[in-house]
Amino acid sequence: MAYVIIGNSAAAIGAVEGIRKVDRETPITLVSSEPYHTYSRPLISYYLAGKVEESLMVYRKKDFYEKNGVKAILGCRAEALDVEKKSVNLANGQKLPYEKLLIATGGKPFIPPIAGLDKKNVKTFIKLDDVKEIDALVSRGSKVIILGAGLIGLKAAEALAEIGAEVVVVELAEYILSSILDEDAAKIVQKHLENKGIKFELGTTIEKVLGDEEVRAVELKNGSTYTCDLTIVAIGVRPNLELVEGTPVNTEAGIVVNDSMETNISGIYAAGDVTQGYDMTYGEKRVLPILPNAYKQGETAGINMAGGNAKWDEGFAFNSISFFGLPMTTAGIVNPREEGYQELEKCEPENNLYKKLVLKDGKLVGHISLNCIERSGILTSFIREKVDITNIAEKLLNENGLIVLEEELRHRKLVGGGAA
Amino acid sequence: MKRVYAKEEYCIGCRLCEIYCILSHSEYKNDLIKAFKKSLQRPPARIQVEEEGALSFALQCRHCDEAYCVKSCITGAMQKDPETGVVFNEKERCVGCWTCIAACPYGAIIKDETSKKIASKCDLCGQNETPYCVQNCPNGALIFSEEPPYKTSVKGGE
Amino acid sequence: MALSYAVPNFLIERDESRCIDCQVCVRQCANEVHKFDEDDEKIVSDTMKCVNCHRCVVLCPTKALTVREFPLEFKKNGHWKSDDIKSIYIQAETGGVLLAGMGNDKPYPIYWDKMLINASQVTNPSIDPLREPMEIKTFLGRKPASLEIENGKLKTKLPPQLELEVPVMFSAMSFGSISLNAHKSLARAAREVGTFFNTGEGGLHRDLADFGDNCIVQVASGRFGVHQEYLDAGSAIEIKIGQGAKPGIGGHLPGEKVGSEVSQTRMIPEGSDAISPAPHHDIYSIEDLRQLIYSLKEATNYKKPVFVKIAAVHNVAAIASGIARAGADVIAIDGFRGGTGAAPLRTRDSVGIPIEFALAAVDTRLRQEGIRNQVSLVIGGSIRNSSDIVKAVALGADAVYIGTAALMALGCHLCQKCYTGKCNWGIATQDPRLVKRLNPEIGARRAANLLKAWKHEIKELLGGMGINALESLRGNRLMLRGIDLTEKELEILGIKAAGE
Repeated sequence: MAYVIIGNSAAAIGAVEGIRKVDRETPITLVSSEPYHTYSRPLISYYLAGKVEESLMVYRKKDFYEKNGVKAILGCRAEALDVEKKSVNLANGQKLPYEKLLIATGGKPFIPPIAGLDKKNVKTFIKLDDVKEIDALVSRGSKVIILGAGLIGLKAAEALAEIGAEVVVVELAEYILSSILDEDAAKIVQKHLENKGIKFELGTTIEKVLGDEEVRAVELKNGSTYTCDLTIVAIGVRPNLELVEGTPVNTEAGIVVNDSMETNISGIYAAGDVTQGYDMTYGEKRVLPILPNAYKQGETAGINMAGGNAKWDEGFAFNSISFFGLPMTTAGIVNPREEGYQELEKCEPENNLYKKLVLKDGKLVGHISLNCIERSGILTSFIREKVDITNIAEKLLNENGLIVLEEELRHRKLVGGGAA
Repeated sequence: MKRVYAKEEYCIGCRLCEIYCILSHSEYKNDLIKAFKKSLQRPPARIQVEEEGALSFALQCRHCDEAYCVKSCITGAMQKDPETGVVFNEKERCVGCWTCIAACPYGAIIKDETSKKIASKCDLCGQNETPYCVQNCPNGALIFSEEPPYKTSVKGGE
Repeated sequence: MALSYAVPNFLIERDESRCIDCQVCVRQCANEVHKFDEDDEKIVSDTMKCVNCHRCVVLCPTKALTVREFPLEFKKNGHWKSDDIKSIYIQAETGGVLLAGMGNDKPYPIYWDKMLINASQVTNPSIDPLREPMEIKTFLGRKPASLEIENGKLKTKLPPQLELEVPVMFSAMSFGSISLNAHKSLARAAREVGTFFNTGEGGLHRDLADFGDNCIVQVASGRFGVHQEYLDAGSAIEIKIGQGAKPGIGGHLPGEKVGSEVSQTRMIPEGSDAISPAPHHDIYSIEDLRQLIYSLKEATNYKKPVFVKIAAVHNVAAIASGIARAGADVIAIDGFRGGTGAAPLRTRDSVGIPIEFALAAVDTRLRQEGIRNQVSLVIGGSIRNSSDIVKAVALGADAVYIGTAALMALGCHLCQKCYTGKCNWGIATQDPRLVKRLNPEIGARRAANLLKAWKHEIKELLGGMGINALESLRGNRLMLRGIDLTEKELEILGIKAAGE
């Protein structure tokens, strides 16, 4: 029995740990196109800002592969998948036979079809190597254009502003962080970032790129022009489907998996940002590029690959992020577009505070907690457990707590945690 | 695994558990006066008392068998010790991203911003003795035991 | 607005070098004495509201607090004490009856402390309770005048008896005057030690229905909570004619303490004052008492002993004789130091007589009339310790009731403010926030510990006297000597003077 894992981030590590819960013997082979020991991707912005050293960026300790019986082939791309022969062909010519395969190739950055974005000083912000290149190019006073005011774009903006660069963020949507916040919350965050020197151009995108070998200036659709030393494209990621193109593995926006993380091909599993798995708040399968979700999917896949029986059907959007000390946590559906949702809000811009609860049929399906993140995991768990909060929504809006629950559920929580 | 459980019917909301939690993690482990008067930067207590009317109870990390905080941690700092079962946060690797706070179903993790920003939570007082909160509850509202005080019809928690 | 002349009764001293501003005192005081001042960032105390219950002192983790008498002095006066003067100020302001809680606290003489116990020397060897068997079990109930034995077996049918492992029972304290958790603590302790608790006039809460084997149910003048199941539940029934703290008047539970549980158990409306009438309105003569005693025996098939509880007053011996002849199995006498949840101050402090005299007088009279075997005598009225108990048995008691001491085991600090319903120890209150403070598991353990400790001490004292069974001490006046007693007092107590 051979386990082969393509990938080296949260989903892959989750799978290793999942396999080892059931099977401590059979060796695992792990392939990664990056040359690094498994590292925490979100930390790359901390690295750029000088807040964390490379040695402390490891996602698991240095002895992880050895302790878990993993043969790690690093710095080598997996190029082709032969479903018939059950083998993966690597860039170095090696062919890896497998009995159970996990595809955890993650996401790749989406580059919009604007001419000139292939010039030398246009970077993406996904890998450690991306950030090392950026680090070499910027210094105090550098002018940087960032395309995309999402999670990645703003984290990059924060890091660059902290090392003294002049940053302009260009975003197509009318407000920033549109995937996790609503307009009211976004305005508060925007003001906070502007106070820290970051400039925003919203509702527009890059029309034209100016320069020869390097981008020297950008012209926006709204008419503004900015000179720049560096451009970062951070619009979003799409599942990295190259490995399964042309194979019978079923894909839509991402690799389609069931609740056991298996694809339509028996023995082939997928986990992480590359997948399209069940989102319980929408009730349908979606791409959910969230680290905790990737880990859980990986762990589920691993357990099943080793012959165990695990299910994961509790995925939903979930984020925790902060900018210049302003923290926010969000989960579930935060911007309902259809009928049937109820929204409760508490907005205090003078305190940079915003809280929103989104309910459907009395059950919590989403929350935004800006600058009031204390104990917000309670709200996240209410979404997962489909708790009816009709009678306690007002209290929860004020303060997160378990004391507002009625006795049976409250007692269950008080003794929770163990396999009782 | 022994855990700290709260008996809400005996909690009197005095918050001595919070005081002794701070003592347990201060540099003056046995001297309450020094712990509070000498150290100016006191980290927050890792046990929290919730109170509403006559109802109150103290809650801290459940050291879950399947811990959401561990699985959500972006740096791998939050770990579950395979032998003792204690869920602990490796301070050097924590970057204060607060993902664990957003994941913990019990709201048991708190922000510690006294120096470097890190996530802070109950660590069962190092497991060498009965946790300080249990020892010092004046009314027997906290127990340290394998068995939970409430039998519920549904499997408990996560 | 007229000025109130009230001044603080107590002074709170906070050692700032020890206070860590944890605010436990702020949270724990039901009278809201302590507050955290946000401006000055320290705790301030409004001493006017302090009742000296010691809750904050005991809970303070660094023991930074102490409470003293407020050191305000009136000009020295041999006749007017400060309490007398303050009482007048209060009545001038309110026009009301002064209320008090717990027992008479005036400096009348304590006669237990004027009696001394014998010990064996030479003529009669003492007994070592650790190495030799000693029986301090006792039985309460009517004893027959003679016993018939046939073929080595007892032929006489004995009237119903209560079996006590230790000659101490918890006296009547109603659910309403004390909390359910206090009742639970006493019930569990009684079961563990092998003795009895008494429901008082508040009925038996359904959560305690299982404790019938250790329960005496009381029928008082208000008949609160009295129904067939109630009578069936208990092991004995006690008719309350009076109590030591307020002889001649009935019980009084202020409306604040009548919540839904008390209301259900007593079968009265919520929030209404529960005032028991002074007499039982169906007992106007000794014959009426006999009728009630036998109605209760009929209702329970003669299976349970019937107690009659009276306060110790003048002519108590004659009253007791009448009660014995009326068919009671046990007479309970409550002395003037007996406690209460609420009583008019003057009644509590001036009415009734010391239990020591009442006990001696009743025991002597019943023996003289040849009817001592018809009743057991149980006495109470602030029994403080095991030597009081031994002296009581020597004077003639079969067992003692403890009320005040039992509550102290649970945490009572004798602040005497029971009638406000704000007992900080969770005992004399119905406020759920305060009732929680008395964890019945802890309370039961403490109350049981007290009785177990006293049981050991009683054995020590008995052993010292060379007596190995409590029965041999009962009424054994020769085991006592008096000091600092007048001739008359010695005569009434029936004991000799020390040296004789």
